[in-house]
Amino acid sequence: MSEHIVPVRVYLMIFLALMVGTALTIWAGLQDFPGPLNVVIALTIAVVKATLVVLYFMHVRYSSRLIWVIFASALFWMGILFALTFSDYWSRDWFQI
Amino acid sequence: MKAMESFEAPTPARVNYLNVTYGLKSWLLTKDHKRIALLYLGSISFFFFIGGLYAMFIRLELLTPQGDLLQSTTYNKVFTQHGIIMVFFFLIPSIPATLGNFLVPMMIGAKDLAFPRINLLSWYIYMLGGIVTIYSLLAGGIDTGWTFYTPFSTTFSNSYVVAAGLGIFISGFSSILTGLNFIVTIHTMRAPGMTWFRLPLFIWSHYATSLVMILGTPVIAITILLLAFERIARIGIFDPAAGGDPVLFQHLFWFYSHPAVYIMVLPSMGVVSELIANFSRKNIFGYSFVAFSSLAIAVFGFLVWGHHLFVSGQSVYAGMIFSFLSFAVAIPSAIKVFNWTATLYKGSISFETPMLYALGFIGMFTIGGMTGLFLATLAVDVHVTDTYFIVAHFHYIMVGGAMFGYLGGLHYWWPKISGRMYPDGWGRFSALAIFVGFNLTFFPQFIAGYLGMPRRYHAYPPEFQIFNVLSTAGASILAVGYLIPAIYLVWSMRYGKIAAANPWNLPGLEWQTSSPPPTENFEITPIVTWEAYEFAPREETEVVGRFREERVEEV
Amino acid sequence: MAESYTVGHEQAPDHAHAALQHHFENMEQQREASTLGMWVFLVTEIMFFGGMFLAYTLYRSLYPEAFASASNHLDLKLGAINTVVLILSSFTMAMAVYSTQVGKRRNQIISLALTLLLGATFLGIKAVEYHQKYEDSLIPGRIISSRPFDASGVHLLPNAQPHNVEMFYWIYFAMTGMHAVHMIIGIGIIAVILFFSIRGKYGPEYHNPVEVSGLYWHFVDIVWIFLFPLLYLLGRHLEH
Repeated sequence: MSEHIVPVRVYLMIFLALMVGTALTIWAGLQDFPGPLNVVIALTIAVVKATLVVLYFMHVRYSSRLIWVIFASALFWMGILFALTFSDYWSRDWFQI
Repeated sequence: MKAMESFEAPTPARVNYLNVTYGLKSWLLTKDHKRIALLYLGSISFFFFIGGLYAMFIRLELLTPQGDLLQSTTYNKVFTQHGIIMVFFFLIPSIPATLGNFLVPMMIGAKDLAFPRINLLSWYIYMLGGIVTIYSLLAGGIDTGWTFYTPFSTTFSNSYVVAAGLGIFISGFSSILTGLNFIVTIHTMRAPGMTWFRLPLFIWSHYATSLVMILGTPVIAITILLLAFERIARIGIFDPAAGGDPVLFQHLFWFYSHPAVYIMVLPSMGVVSELIANFSRKNIFGYSFVAFSSLAIAVFGFLVWGHHLFVSGQSVYAGMIFSFLSFAVAIPSAIKVFNWTATLYKGSISFETPMLYALGFIGMFTIGGMTGLFLATLAVDVHVTDTYFIVAHFHYIMVGGAMFGYLGGLHYWWPKISGRMYPDGWGRFSALAIFVGFNLTFFPQFIAGYLGMPRRYHAYPPEFQIFNVLSTAGASILAVGYLIPAIYLVWSMRYGKIAAANPWNLPGLEWQTSSPPPTENFEITPIVTWEAYEFAPREETEVVGRFREERVEEV
Repeated sequence: MAESYTVGHEQAPDHAHAALQHHFENMEQQREASTLGMWVFLVTEIMFFGGMFLAYTLYRSLYPEAFASASNHLDLKLGAINTVVLILSSFTMAMAVYSTQVGKRRNQIISLALTLLLGATFLGIKAVEYHQKYEDSLIPGRIISSRPFDASGVHLLPNAQPHNVEMFYWIYFAMTGMHAVHMIIGIGIIAVILFFSIRGKYGPEYHNPVEVSGLYWHFVDIVWIFLFPLLYLLGRHLEH
């Protein structure tokens, strides 16, 4: 499956990117952005960082489609849990969000 | 030698998985999936018996309208424990852990599952969970209903909630490991030539079941943990007084527990596909539709859990979405029923014991499924929720559906598993007894429920008594019906006629090796060049007596 | 059924390899199965944490001020250091896999040992943080009966209710606690891999166990990548 050997410099670059992302997260967390932007920015950075780890450290970039489908399905299923549960909470007229 | 000769003169001792080694250690430390399947068979039967005892107390109490046999608090414990044992320790593992463990490697031509030691571990985890749960029963029991609804379970119940929850939590890992093993095995260990669309439908349904196990069980795990911590530390995640929402528990609980019912029924549907095809000696009508419908049921099954929350305080708009999705999930199930029926048409049908169970499944599952549609209808559900209509609905699926498939499969593969034939006359008699007993037990409950009899009460208004008397009478017949196979199956292991490798001359891979099989399943790795249900052309059959036989080619 | 079912010849099995388990035909199949197995297991972990993320999302939406107040009381410095430590450990783990693949045994052992060390550091810092919470009486409910939860030390933003602050800490402990449990298991796994690496069991022709342990470790890192902003950075911007 991953007979492909990822070169060290790729790992190094990803690591540096993750460090930058971490610094960015902290910086952005201290700024007061309008509306829900703080959450959006924080989550976006987290998703990008996680994606880098998944693709390069976990070799999904070099793996079969089956692995990709498996990982994507897990995210999708978590999405189902969130979406349908919140369909309840967002449309209640009591205990409102 | 005629194929229907179901016995042969005793052969000289042949080495198979049962007799290759003896002794307790060789069983308790086995890595052979077939032996592990038998370990599960024993434990599952034990738990079924315990769950059945609780059912007996329920039915005895409900013979009379007054709550005179058990106090209400005791009755609460009895139905709770009946539910917990039957759902988590019998139905969910039943077919996958016994028939699945035994047959999945054989049907795909592999020597074992992908992770044999994890397979054994899953049995030990299951036993540990069972022991912890039995401890909770003996220590004083649990009275929250198998559904553990908050805030009663977290705040007000004085019973052993945490212990029972822990037992279920532990056994969940057994489920996860079984599902993991099946998925990896089916993906990576199919014999040469065994393409996805040559797989028996039993494999497709176990694959779909494994998907549900993997995706759903972790959520019940975290839910039980949150429940336990809330109960111990009184935090408030489900407590309205502290800002929590008790309905959140229900969302998390049913996110797993609805797909769980598909864990119970999908394997049974796989068995029925095998039985219908093989006992009509005909390829399943619409094989790929049936295969994909298993996947569709697994996926759609995750989208409907809110139909258990219609009257809980869930918003009515979410209720409408869940209602619509619950109608949708019936479609793939219906596709299966249509295809099975079409398979029977112009098939060469024989009515051995397994076929009786399969036919019973089709009828009972249809009734259970149809009443499910009634319940998916928001307005009807508001009327019958928490009545015996619900109880009857799910027992039609779980007993008339899952259990019938389990018994049918057990009988069908019994020659392969044990190397012996059971007496088919007794088999058919008990199948009939179970069918009659089952319907007598649960059909009156539909009526009682619709007329308003609530569930989970030990006393009821006198006008419902007739339904309860019929139900209890049926339950006694059902109990006898269950007892008979328990006796003759065990009897057959010692005194049954020795089975041929392929007693009914069938094309499945599992029938191409000896009964019982050797430890490594096949002497040589099979290479598959035929489709899933490829029966000999009809010209080769001749009618002899009541059964159709085929001339056997000397292989 | 006219054809015989077995055209009997074996696949060419890798009898040579000591690590081949008998029910697999060859090493390639074993490797594929093992990797797939770990990925399927990680799916279950995603769903497991997903339930807690759901509870977090719900209650954060309901009680934003209380959650922000509680979050601000967490030690951001320690949380940030831990994030760097864990990401670094993911890097060293990836390097361990690389070293095994190319046969550099010394680097492999050093990388695994570093990963182990960094993991232990993370847990150590977590322990310090938990101890601080204990000192500040912020352990929820009556888990520590001698120090019941007391939100008086937390600076409350307008509209924040103390019992919702307790809810935040409950979720904080549940999520970071579960994460820590997974880290402990991960450290155990890496210790075993390190032990066998020192014995020379893994190399370019057999490195799958190292890779598969790496998958688990990276997953634990990913959970923290989400936990850090969601728990520590909720309301910092409101504190100005």
